[in-house]
Amino acid sequence: MAETHPKPRLGVFKFASCDGCQLSLLDCEDELLAVAGAVEIAYFLEATRRPLEGEFDLVLVEGSISSPEQLEQIKDVRRRSRFLVTIGACATAGGIQALRNWGHVQEYLQIVYAQPEYIQTLAASTPIAEHVPVDFELRGCPINKRQLVEVISAFLAGRRPNVPNHAVCVECKRAGVVCVMAAQGIPCLGPITHAGCGALCPSYDRGCYGCFGPSKGANVLALTHQLQSMGVKDKALEHLLHTFNAWAPEFRESGAKPAE
Amino acid sequence: MTQATDKATRTITVQALARVEGEGALTIRFRDGQVERVELRIYEPPRFYEAFLRGRAAAEVPDITARICGICPVAYQMSSVHALENIPGVVLPPELRALRRLLYCGEWIESHALHIYMLHAPDFLGFESAIAMAQASPTYADIVRRGLRLKKAGNSLVNVIGGREVHPVNVRLGGFYRIPRANEMAGLVEELKWAREAALQTVRWCATLPFPDFEDDYEFVALRHSDEYPMNEGRLVSNRGLDIAPEEYPDHFIEYQVPHSNALQSRRRFPCGADDGAYFVGPLARWNLNADRAPALVREAAAATGIPFPNRNPYTSIVARSLEVLLAVEEALRLLHQYQPPPRPAVDYLARAGVGHAITEAPRGILYHRYETDAAGVIRNATIIPPTSQNQRQMERDLKRLAPTLGELSNEEAALKAERVIRNYDPCISCATHFLKLKVERR
Repeated sequence: MAETHPKPRLGVFKFASCDGCQLSLLDCEDELLAVAGAVEIAYFLEATRRPLEGEFDLVLVEGSISSPEQLEQIKDVRRRSRFLVTIGACATAGGIQALRNWGHVQEYLQIVYAQPEYIQTLAASTPIAEHVPVDFELRGCPINKRQLVEVISAFLAGRRPNVPNHAVCVECKRAGVVCVMAAQGIPCLGPITHAGCGALCPSYDRGCYGCFGPSKGANVLALTHQLQSMGVKDKALEHLLHTFNAWAPEFRESGAKPAE
Repeated sequence: MTQATDKATRTITVQALARVEGEGALTIRFRDGQVERVELRIYEPPRFYEAFLRGRAAAEVPDITARICGICPVAYQMSSVHALENIPGVVLPPELRALRRLLYCGEWIESHALHIYMLHAPDFLGFESAIAMAQASPTYADIVRRGLRLKKAGNSLVNVIGGREVHPVNVRLGGFYRIPRANEMAGLVEELKWAREAALQTVRWCATLPFPDFEDDYEFVALRHSDEYPMNEGRLVSNRGLDIAPEEYPDHFIEYQVPHSNALQSRRRFPCGADDGAYFVGPLARWNLNADRAPALVREAAAATGIPFPNRNPYTSIVARSLEVLLAVEEALRLLHQYQPPPRPAVDYLARAGVGHAITEAPRGILYHRYETDAAGVIRNATIIPPTSQNQRQMERDLKRLAPTLGELSNEEAALKAERVIRNYDPCISCATHFLKLKVERR
């Protein structure tokens, strides 16, 4: 492909999502024009009218699969892509809309729509990797834009991205943020949450709420016991684990009961 | 992207409209040269926020509703916290109130700069994107760089006060989790001073763009506050005499479903004009109704454009948006100058059973939230009506008005014209269903 395209072709695709992760690319105000100089932004609907055509060296996928049309579309996107990177909690774990996976989608439809029969939707909202092979997953709700620049640079340079998979706890220690759980008794998902935010919530005097999803080797059970011993009730615990990354396997099976 | 069928039933389809947030499509059907049907079709899949908010604690709501939109999460947080605070009657001290307004200024600046420079201006200048614009000439490159730096200035405000640009973490019921430190706040001033000059240049530049003639008798709807340009508070007013409190909103507006869209539409319950209940929200509506509440600098900049306001041409919305960038920068500088760290980051929120409403001015227009909680503060019911749902009927009406002029054009040109009508509204479709395909059918 490199022979036919002088600059690598970048595509950005959206499925069910809030647009926040692809916006992170436009939020790279200092790097955007440099990126546009290094790659051909061949498809990025939020930023350009350029029509979808041809193949891509690197594709960024935002959003989860939640409608029958999207199931077909993601297969087409995969066929066109040399490297496919999913960005954000929707694409890597199904997103907040995966909360329907425990409920009854028909009931949800009736709450929101007067005539549910007009709406085409799947019963579950699922991550991209459940449907097609994915080359790299970048976590976060939203992703960290510096990590996004690192991922794009890495794929252009033909190396693995340098994106640590340890827990937020490590980031707190590195940043010198005093532990909110130990010092203030605030429930915090930092011990089991994937790094990437830069210890954001603890540095704002609140507990981590897990928007980057589970870290590698997350011991969810141990933290669950700890939070229970601090007086966190079952319902609150379930909500804490089941919000932005509820369908991530480690959180999904976390002992929290499915919604009634 | 476009396709034609036989002579009598020509169909143009744009599979996905670009430079808007979210996914949508659009159909204009002609039969024997006459416009038969116009549909704004939003196919962005539903995400059911109102359903899964049920059973959640009130304190979780601002984190959850932020995820409705990556472009305007602050708006969702603001409408959420104000509606929920109205249930127990929490009143914020002036310092916390000022901090929320400052946060909103940041979102207006970044969202408006994004729309003006990256999404809207390429339409007026004939580029597919701002990136193509920047690559076309050094002059345009400087203009795009100015837009990006302005956007960054807005994002810096959201960053410092909210913690990050997309889905900020610092907003809570009763105030904030942590008060920004004085040195963090002081660090913002220098760049905002640059931004004030850049915003003035933006107003002048926007005023030179060519505006197609497209006036109509719209009903403009926006908040109005007794002494400031509206963001978080005010009564809901229109140029046709509407003047209500936010909690009266459901008595005057009705949401309904159409078969061709995943987004509910909204209209006036008792239409009072020829437009059948459609109404217009966003920067142009706000400026038309509230210009007298703007600081002198912004009013003078508006007068200097030579464009008459109130203005009924939706293409001039880009000028109104640029005036609001200037206004938000000016407000931010004033608020930073007067900034006194609040004594406490938040006041207590004591849960109570009840119903709370709030309307705040999202960058794209009024955002209505209504919550019903039980005595423990658990959400029993939630209703969220985003600005794009409210503008949808008006967008369809604009398309209907545009359609007869498309007959002689090539499919590609017709598609671009129709898309432009939609982009005037800066639609956020992720919000409304929580992008747009254009389909023109000619029979």
